[in-house]
Amino acid sequence: MRKVYIYKGFERFWHWSQASLIIFLALTGFEVHGAYTIFGFEKAAEFHRTASWLLIGLIILAIFWHITTGEWRQYIPTTQKLKEQIFYYLSGIFKGGHHPTEKSELSKLNPLQRIVYLGFKLVLVPLTILSGILYMLYKTFDQNNLIVIEDYPLASIAFWHTMGAILLMIFLVVHVYMTTTGKTPTSNINAMITGYEEFDDEEVEIHDKNKEK
Amino acid sequence: MIRNLFLVTLVVIVTLILVNVLHKEDQYNLKLEELKHKYALKDVPSVNHNKLPALQKKFNTPQEVTEACLSCHTETHKEVMASSHWNWERTTYVEGRGVSSAGKKNVMNNFCLGTNSNQKSCAKCHIGYGMTSSHFDFNNARNVDCMVCHDNSDEYLKGASMAGYPDRTVNLENVALSVGSPRKSNCGSCHSFGGGGNNVKHGDLDVALNSCNREVDVHMGANGMNLECIACHTAKNHNILGKLYSVSSDNSNRSTCEQCHTATPHLSEVLNRHGSRVSCQTCHIPLYAKVNSTKMSWKWSDAGKLRDGKPYEEEDSLGNHTYMSIKGSFVWKRNVKPDYIWFNGTADHYILGDTIQSIPVKMNTLNGSYHDHSSKIIPVKIHVGDQIYDKKYNRLVQPKLYGEAEGDSAFWKDFKWNEAVAAGMKESGLAYSGQYGFVETIMYWPVNHMVSPKEQAVGCAECHTRQNGRLAKLTGFYLPGRDSNTTQDSIGYWMFILTLLAVFGHATVRVLSNIYRNKYEKQIISYDEDKPEE
Repeated sequence: MRKVYIYKGFERFWHWSQASLIIFLALTGFEVHGAYTIFGFEKAAEFHRTASWLLIGLIILAIFWHITTGEWRQYIPTTQKLKEQIFYYLSGIFKGGHHPTEKSELSKLNPLQRIVYLGFKLVLVPLTILSGILYMLYKTFDQNNLIVIEDYPLASIAFWHTMGAILLMIFLVVHVYMTTTGKTPTSNINAMITGYEEFDDEEVEIHDKNKEK
Repeated sequence: MIRNLFLVTLVVIVTLILVNVLHKEDQYNLKLEELKHKYALKDVPSVNHNKLPALQKKFNTPQEVTEACLSCHTETHKEVMASSHWNWERTTYVEGRGVSSAGKKNVMNNFCLGTNSNQKSCAKCHIGYGMTSSHFDFNNARNVDCMVCHDNSDEYLKGASMAGYPDRTVNLENVALSVGSPRKSNCGSCHSFGGGGNNVKHGDLDVALNSCNREVDVHMGANGMNLECIACHTAKNHNILGKLYSVSSDNSNRSTCEQCHTATPHLSEVLNRHGSRVSCQTCHIPLYAKVNSTKMSWKWSDAGKLRDGKPYEEEDSLGNHTYMSIKGSFVWKRNVKPDYIWFNGTADHYILGDTIQSIPVKMNTLNGSYHDHSSKIIPVKIHVGDQIYDKKYNRLVQPKLYGEAEGDSAFWKDFKWNEAVAAGMKESGLAYSGQYGFVETIMYWPVNHMVSPKEQAVGCAECHTRQNGRLAKLTGFYLPGRDSNTTQDSIGYWMFILTLLAVFGHATVRVLSNIYRNKYEKQIISYDEDKPEE
């Protein structure tokens, strides 16, 4: 057994702050949507707005990090072993089979994760954030010549924003569950906390070989 | 591990704390403070009329007082005689009607109906003397009543049914010596008593405003800024700012909150942005008729019942008339939540002679809609009821209500609709078929006064709520917190539930298969262990 440093400090900071912001935004957002009352509409809306600016700031940092470290390459989609990965979750996992792909520092994500996370980053999050910004800045002309976005109906903006929120919540449920499918139910979540993941020696060898390459 | 776990928890906590820290609480509103300071300095009159020689004399008629006023204020009558207070009408452009004149002369209302043939009584609230009929001379400056607005002795009182003349008890000398800037009691002597009693018509103009607290009206409250009406309704050259759409039509010369508070009075940008589609009054007047009740309904069809051949009245526990033989039955309310409508500042009115277009007959139509960018949501008092109308000509009619004595065909003396209407319509110069009925009517009264202290303003959740919000009836636009796409909501809900089920299902199968496999492996292991030693 050997420990490999998989998730860098920033990555973990980004992951957990983003997670808490998204969950908090969901909590306040669905209250603004009228689903329940916790903070009261006024506080919920104010908190939602503040948290959304924090999330936008965080995501800008994350984009910067991905570009400068080249980590964005982790998300280049591949069809290699994609089918095997899906079949593993559908049947192999019940038979005690092994993951068809191996995790390494240079390839943290399996093919399914690559596609799903890429969709998360390029579709789901932009959809939610852009519709959210439109929602937040929704204005109309008045005597002070405030900007007008009103020609696009608020109902549609709200529709897309809610759509993003619902999909994010579904993502959250599946994502949290999927973390338990590692070597042990907590090994993935441990890795996201400590940065280190334990690999069997043979895996580490592969990992080292990859490094040599 | 523990250190890292601690760090992650720290990140989560710090993130959530940041949300709270970066979210700004209301700060000190300097704009409001400057206004308070500005209006704390009250005007001190530069002239004491008590000392003016022109007023040191005996006045036999109120016209002599007017002459005395004009002997110094030589041109002022021209200003006054150009006002709607004098002319009882304004000429404006009205959509669908063209350039037209509307005012108390010809506009019908939902209370005592109209002034025609009743001038002698109605003129109690005309700033003139001697309006006994529609033939009043609007060019005679001697008949301008300066005192009703400028009396500061609180003695002046217009007589009941005296065509605008002061009551016989009024000491004209005292009043003339007291004159000064109009006070709440001057404006209120008419504007609080429209419709035949205190707070009957407006609901937000109550004689109680003359000495109320901040909770009733934050501007006029005696323990607050104690503003006079003319602080907002400024009156340069007697052209008084402000109008009400019970008789007014166009979007000009209005008295607005913005004239002092600006269009961006809040520190919160979100609240300021509301101002583009929501009027200030909507949030800042949570209730009207806060002190005395106001009339919400007036049914003329019930009028005319007699007991032993005599008219009678009934009262509720608060002393409000619920029935009067001369007027019909009423519904009163106190502490009323306003209704809300879209309004762009223009209105049309039911003018005597108009054909009935729809039922209930709209006595005034306040124009506006969500799709009209210049419209804002405003609070209104909606006054309903029914009125007499001509079945053949399909139009409302003007009955003669007030009369000196029985046999004068006045409804309030003789209780005969046919004769009263015939007399009223004759005076108005319109035909009457003799066939009358009663038709439902409705009238909209924008609510602008009784502004509450900001702590009592309507909260966000009173409108942004799924059910029974203040704006529940105002549909056709997306209001966050109230509206949602129900199809999307239920699809989203079930997708989320199904995902949870799928995840639990997957987990269950995993756990079960694991247990099964472990048993299987254990069997193998136990087989190994049970092997006899060699």
